[in-house]
Formats: sequence, C-alpha cells, structure tokens
Amino acid sequence: MKKIIDFIVTEKQSFPRAALLRLKSDMPLPEIRGGQFVNVRVDGCEKAYLRRPISIHNVDYQSNTIDLLIQEKHEGTTKLCALPVGATVNVVLPLGNGFTMPGKDDNVLLVGGGIGIAPLLYFAKKCNYLQNINFLLGGRTQSDLMLLERFRNEGDVFITTNDGSMGEKGFVTEHSLWNTMKINKIYACGPMPMMKAVAKVAREKGIWCEVSLENQMACGIGACLCCVENTKEGNLCVCKEGPVFNIERLLW
Amino acid sequence: MVKTEIKLKGLTLKNPVMTASGTFGYGEEYADFVDLSELGGIIVKGTTLHHREGNPYPRMAETPMGMLNCVGLQNKGVDYFIEAIYPRIRHFDTNVLVNVSGSNIDDYVTAAAKIDALEDIPAIELNVSCPNVKQGGMAFGVTCSGIEQVVTAVREVYHKHLMVKLSPNVTNIAEIALAAEAAGADSVSLINTLLGMAINAETRKPVLSMVTGGLSGACVKPVALRMVWQVSKAVKIPVIGLGGISSATDAIEFLLAGASAIQIGTANFIDPAISAKVAKGIVEYCERQGVEDVNELVGGMIV
Repeated sequence: MKKIIDFIVTEKQSFPRAALLRLKSDMPLPEIRGGQFVNVRVDGCEKAYLRRPISIHNVDYQSNTIDLLIQEKHEGTTKLCALPVGATVNVVLPLGNGFTMPGKDDNVLLVGGGIGIAPLLYFAKKCNYLQNINFLLGGRTQSDLMLLERFRNEGDVFITTNDGSMGEKGFVTEHSLWNTMKINKIYACGPMPMMKAVAKVAREKGIWCEVSLENQMACGIGACLCCVENTKEGNLCVCKEGPVFNIERLLW
Repeated sequence: MVKTEIKLKGLTLKNPVMTASGTFGYGEEYADFVDLSELGGIIVKGTTLHHREGNPYPRMAETPMGMLNCVGLQNKGVDYFIEAIYPRIRHFDTNVLVNVSGSNIDDYVTAAAKIDALEDIPAIELNVSCPNVKQGGMAFGVTCSGIEQVVTAVREVYHKHLMVKLSPNVTNIAEIALAAEAAGADSVSLINTLLGMAINAETRKPVLSMVTGGLSGACVKPVALRMVWQVSKAVKIPVIGLGGISSATDAIEFLLAGASAIQIGTANFIDPAISAKVAKGIVEYCERQGVEDVNELVGGMIV
C-alpha cells in the first residue's frame, strides 16, 4: 500500500554535492522492497514544481526511519540536500517494483555508479540470507564513493574510479573481478552509459541482469506516462513497470 | 449540510470535483490515496480507436510552477479499454467518464459508439484539443468548422452526456465553445494544455522529443480562469473548468467564474490525495460563507 507521509529530518550527513538524510515518522512505514523509490515534495522552490524521485538507501522499521542519499543535480535536489535537521519532508512511498530477490544459492554482484550506489545498500540488507554479497562501486573520483563503511558491513566491496584515486582505475566494467569472480546475477544502478556497459558485459557472459532506470518522471505512480522506456513490449512507465527492468526486456 | 450535487444533462455529480484525463490514470493508480467515492467523477486516460504508442521519450519538461508534456495519447485502444479496463473500474462509486480522441472523424465516431454501449460510462469527454498528436487532436478544436464537424458526427452516435474539451490555443475560445454547443455538446470543459516549448541552452536542443508540448499546472490557472469566465458568459450549456487547480480556493474561483464543476489535473502529481481534499475544502468554504448549495456559487463573481 502506497502512503503519503510527513517525515522529519532527524539526522543529516553532508558530502560534496550530496547529502544523507534520515527521515523519521510517527506513521508506520509500509513494507518496502529493495530497489523501490520514494517521491519527495520540494517545498519553497518554484523551479521544482514536481516531486523528486529518490531511491531508498536504507529502512529501519524499529526506529521507523528511512535514509535517502541525495545528489545535488538541479534546483530541486539542491534544495533537498540543504534541508536542516528538524525540517518536515512530504514523501510518497513506496513506488516502483524493486529488484527481484535472488535465490539463496545465487552468486550476486551489485554494481553501482555514482549516486546509483544508494539503493544497493537496502537491497543488500534484504538479501541477508545470501552467503556473500559483492558490491562493485564506481565513481569518477574518490569523493563520489560515499558511505563505504555501510556497504562493507553488508559484503565485499570492490571499487573503480575514473581517475584512479581509489580502487582500480577505469570503469566498473573494466574491473579485474570480471575475470575471476563467479557471478550468476547482476543488479546495476547508475548513469545510463554505465548500465548499458554492464548490460553488454552481462549479455556477453550470459549472466542474468537487472538494471534500475531513472527516466524523468512527473507522477511516479503510472498515471502521466511521461517516464516511458521504449522496451520490447512497447513504451513502459519506468515509475510503475520499473524502475527495475531485466535487460532482456530492454532494447539496449 | 451543504448541498454539493451538480446536475448536468444525463450526468449527476455528487460534488463538483472531477479528475482530469491523463493525470489520474484509470483511477486505480490513486486508490491508495483517495477514496474515489468522495469525487464527483474521474475522467480516464485519453482513448483512441486504435492502439497508440505515443511519442518518444523525453515527454516532459518541468517549468516554473508547471510542466510541459508531449505524451501523445499513449493508450491501448478502445477495444482493450472495454475488455481489460472497463470491467475493473465500472463499479467505482463515482462517475467514470472516458476521454475520447481520434485522428479523423470516423475514428472519433467509431470509438464514441463503442463507449456509448457501456452501461456504466455515463459520459464521454471529446478531446478535440490534444496538442501532441500530429493528425487530428487539436486540429479539430481550433476552428469553428472543425469542432462542428466532429461534434455533429459524434452526437449522431453518442446518446449520453457529451462533454467537449476545448483548446486554449485559439484566438476566441467563446466562438469555439458556441460552435460546440450548436453542434450538440451537452457541456464544454476547458482548458486543455497551452502549447509551449523548452530548450536546453547548453546543448541547444529542444527538451521535448516533439519540440513543443502542452503546458499545465499552477502557472496556467489565470489563463484558464479567464477563459472559463469568457465561455460561461457566451454559452448556455454548463462549463467544466480546469487548468492549474491545486486547492479548494482555486476550485471555488472557477465556480465563481462560471464553471458548474471543475477538474483537477497536474496537481494530482504533486499531491495524489488533492482531489478529495478539494471536495472537502469546497464544503468547508460553503459552511464558512453560509452557502447552502454549491450551485449558488456558479457564476457568482461579484463585478
């Protein structure tokens, strides 16, 4: 069941051009799957008329909080990143379908690029029945890779940066683990060129792969048909039929 | 108790609040947020005779206090609607209206006739004002002869309440409304979106795949309100007002300008529960103002 909830920002951590917000509410949280997203209203910003879809970085049912890791992209997200502790945030959640849960014997690789690392943490927590989880996280430079300790708590973390400031130099698809690691399921979230590159590798190696798209949305609930992705089944709403798609459904 | 019922020809709304086509899906998308029985009606997504894939992505550009879209009437066609969707939504405890569009008169007529046969659809909204399709759509809605042709043809096969949705992209919307009335429309709804565009200065490319798109949202409200006022003075049939309505106060302004009922569109995206809140807010306004019947507000602007 989707809900509209007023949350309070209870904790905040700032990064260069990004922020981690912890949002708390008195209303019980609905059940949230890994890879689902929220739609956040931006108050007091005339250029951000519509809500901003943000992936869910973490959920804690005990404290009734969700964590959002937000990148400053334009006016709306910049405004959200500037919210102080104590501010009220109106959120519609949970939206979209989320990642398909792996089987208990699957060898999964979670690939994140830039701010696309955000939803992989909560998804990994949902996959805690797996023996091991591997993250492959990529950024342009070291400072793009935030909150690594959180990921290390959930599994093994492999890193690439374009400038070589951390981990292996290059793109995620150039990491040496692709030659050695046994993988049968890939979950990817990040910039479109990265996900296309990951999908290409997955196809070449015959590995099952899901990607999380972020086409520009208006409603977030499948009503306006603005965020469509042209797929093998025609135009599908990323907000409702996605954001997670198996690459076999996509045209790229 | 404030009386909120609005009686239109062959169509009774329990209150003046409907949801605008293309912003409310088939109602189901909003069922978690809104008790649909609290609405006067819902107008479902634009339906055409044949399946339409719509326009390529990107279809949306945000603007200050509004948005442009060029969705282009993506829908699976009227037969799919009748077989797959109608059975799921026909028993909603509110009026379910279908917005009907086409690229030629025959398509409009065939689709309207099929929907005429659906017992639980009390009205259609004829869309002669979509700015995002290459053929038809707005082309019919911007000339008196065009609107006369299509409304006359549909009127022959459609026997229930026929609402005609008008384009604001005309020189004199009152003349267009009069043409629709003369051709047999039971009501007119206005405004559809205002034609606009957006350019990315960095890439020098248009933001929308179709270059132009329809502007909606709070920013269009003053234009819509003015047009509702002009049209309601010109025609005898009821006027349904829409365009940027985001609160009960906005809705009341439209009633005062001459609208008999209103539709909520883009505001549904920002607050998915807004439609029922507006319905409640209208009653609260009436109580505060000592208005016993919402109908008293219609055209009640004091000049």
